[in-house]
Amino acid sequence: MKALVAVKRVVDYNVKVRVKSDQTGVDIANVKMSMNPFDEIAVEEAVRLKEKGAITEIIAVSCGPTQCQETLRTAMAIGADRGILVETAEELQPLAVAKLLKALVDKEQPQIVILGKQAIDDDANQTGQMLAALADLPQATFASKVELDGDKAKVTREVDGGLETIAIGLPAVVTTDLRLNEPRYVTLPNIMKAKKKPLETVKPEDLGVDVAPRLKTLKVAEPPKRGAGIKVPDVATLVDKLKNEAKVI
Amino acid sequence: MTALVIAEHDNASIKSATLNTVTAAVACGGDVHVLVAGQNAAEAAKAAGQIAGVAKVLHADGDSLAHGLAENLAAQVLAIAGNYSHILFPATASGKNTAPRVAAKLDVAQISDITKVDSPDTFERPIYAGNAIATVQSADATKVITVRTTGFDAAAASGGSAAVESIPAAADSGKSSFVGAEIAKSDRPELTAAKIVVSGGRALGSAEKFQEVMTPLADKLGAAIGASRAAVDAGYAPNDLQVGQTGKIVAPQLYIAAGISGAIQHLAGMKDSKVIVAINKDEEAPIFSVADYGLVADLFTAVPELTNAL
Repeated sequence: MKALVAVKRVVDYNVKVRVKSDQTGVDIANVKMSMNPFDEIAVEEAVRLKEKGAITEIIAVSCGPTQCQETLRTAMAIGADRGILVETAEELQPLAVAKLLKALVDKEQPQIVILGKQAIDDDANQTGQMLAALADLPQATFASKVELDGDKAKVTREVDGGLETIAIGLPAVVTTDLRLNEPRYVTLPNIMKAKKKPLETVKPEDLGVDVAPRLKTLKVAEPPKRGAGIKVPDVATLVDKLKNEAKVI
Repeated sequence: MTALVIAEHDNASIKSATLNTVTAAVACGGDVHVLVAGQNAAEAAKAAGQIAGVAKVLHADGDSLAHGLAENLAAQVLAIAGNYSHILFPATASGKNTAPRVAAKLDVAQISDITKVDSPDTFERPIYAGNAIATVQSADATKVITVRTTGFDAAAASGGSAAVESIPAAADSGKSSFVGAEIAKSDRPELTAAKIVVSGGRALGSAEKFQEVMTPLADKLGAAIGASRAAVDAGYAPNDLQVGQTGKIVAPQLYIAAGISGAIQHLAGMKDSKVIVAINKDEEAPIFSVADYGLVADLFTAVPELTNAL
């Protein structure tokens, strides 16, 4: 049984991005790039399922520029068996990525596809659901627990009021939430091993997918700044300010 | 040009996120219809008809729609999607779960988490944890949108008199089924709709202390309780209380952060609050950079003291 995991190369979560002065985007030149944290959780989950014997092979997929190879090597250092890079310099929007993944799902026929629920750059939270729709598969988003049982899975999901559990038939698409697992640290021997694992490169054209962006970004601007506040010396002053200055209590 | 709002509801009543989404739909320029898809949801449909600005309510009722399963709810929306120029979901767990399925089936891009409607095809949305605001234009025939509720005022819940029309419920896809839920019952206001939110961080040290320190303050203020990711990850507070980039986005009148350092991911979820109070013993904590009132103090003494002073 195969698992396919999708991994995105994004600006590291510790970096506070700056908007370019011409407002065409954010400046990501010379910024540290990493695997999207939710995707790391996705890879970790696949590896745990493999360690439990529920899965036999893990294929990591990344879509984007050549540098996504590094992201795939990281996935393989965590434990993915091989990687596929869908290489393109074009800006990829979630619908395009979902179509690329759909083409690979058709080809590889995985029983489970695991993705992060959201990428921390565009904050879209779309790709997994779109893939499920295009491939006509069940979906279990925002997963905090995944149990495979034959051709079924039981998934606990983080929803607004708490947790919800659903049963889905396999194959299916699962997207990860923060509490699903804590990804392991990659060790040097595993990084070395990952370098020898197979990494295939394909182009969107090879998969017959048109990845042209559908949304046009007209402008990227700084959010409004909050004015600097004041420090209050004690609780009594705080209460006074909230009552008489801010008038919020 | 008509916009369709997918109502968030509990079959008996309409959730407040629906009201903000109606305001966004009105801003798109045309008539606004609301879809109430549920099981025995006639009361919710009736309530939707009373929302100011709504021209028509479509009510689909059936077992397949009992638990908001994405496959069935998306099919329900797709059955009527052809009539609409805009399809708007609140950016709640349910809306985020379902909207992309609808967009993909229509072969259109989804515009996530909009905070402003500039024109019927141009929208503003935060990216990079709210550190940048993108203005995006869609050329697609149907705009599938999720709405960040804090970006729009709530439409009035009464004053409207829209007719409720029954439509057939979508068939069950058979792809997924509901097993169970652990939904916390609480008399507190909903986190995303509360006027006051008090949030605790990792500094609280344990689930017991979190309860013991934060609950009395919330009770006194009639506030919702929130938490930082660190506090949730450590098990001090349940997951649905997490405020931040990938958790709940809140913008109350008053946000009190106790023992929260203020990682950019947390700030992304609360920096649009009207008044922010930070209580933290580390005077260098980044939370102070967005706080209107900062108190450098040990929360274990300052929070109870604040509770008593109110």
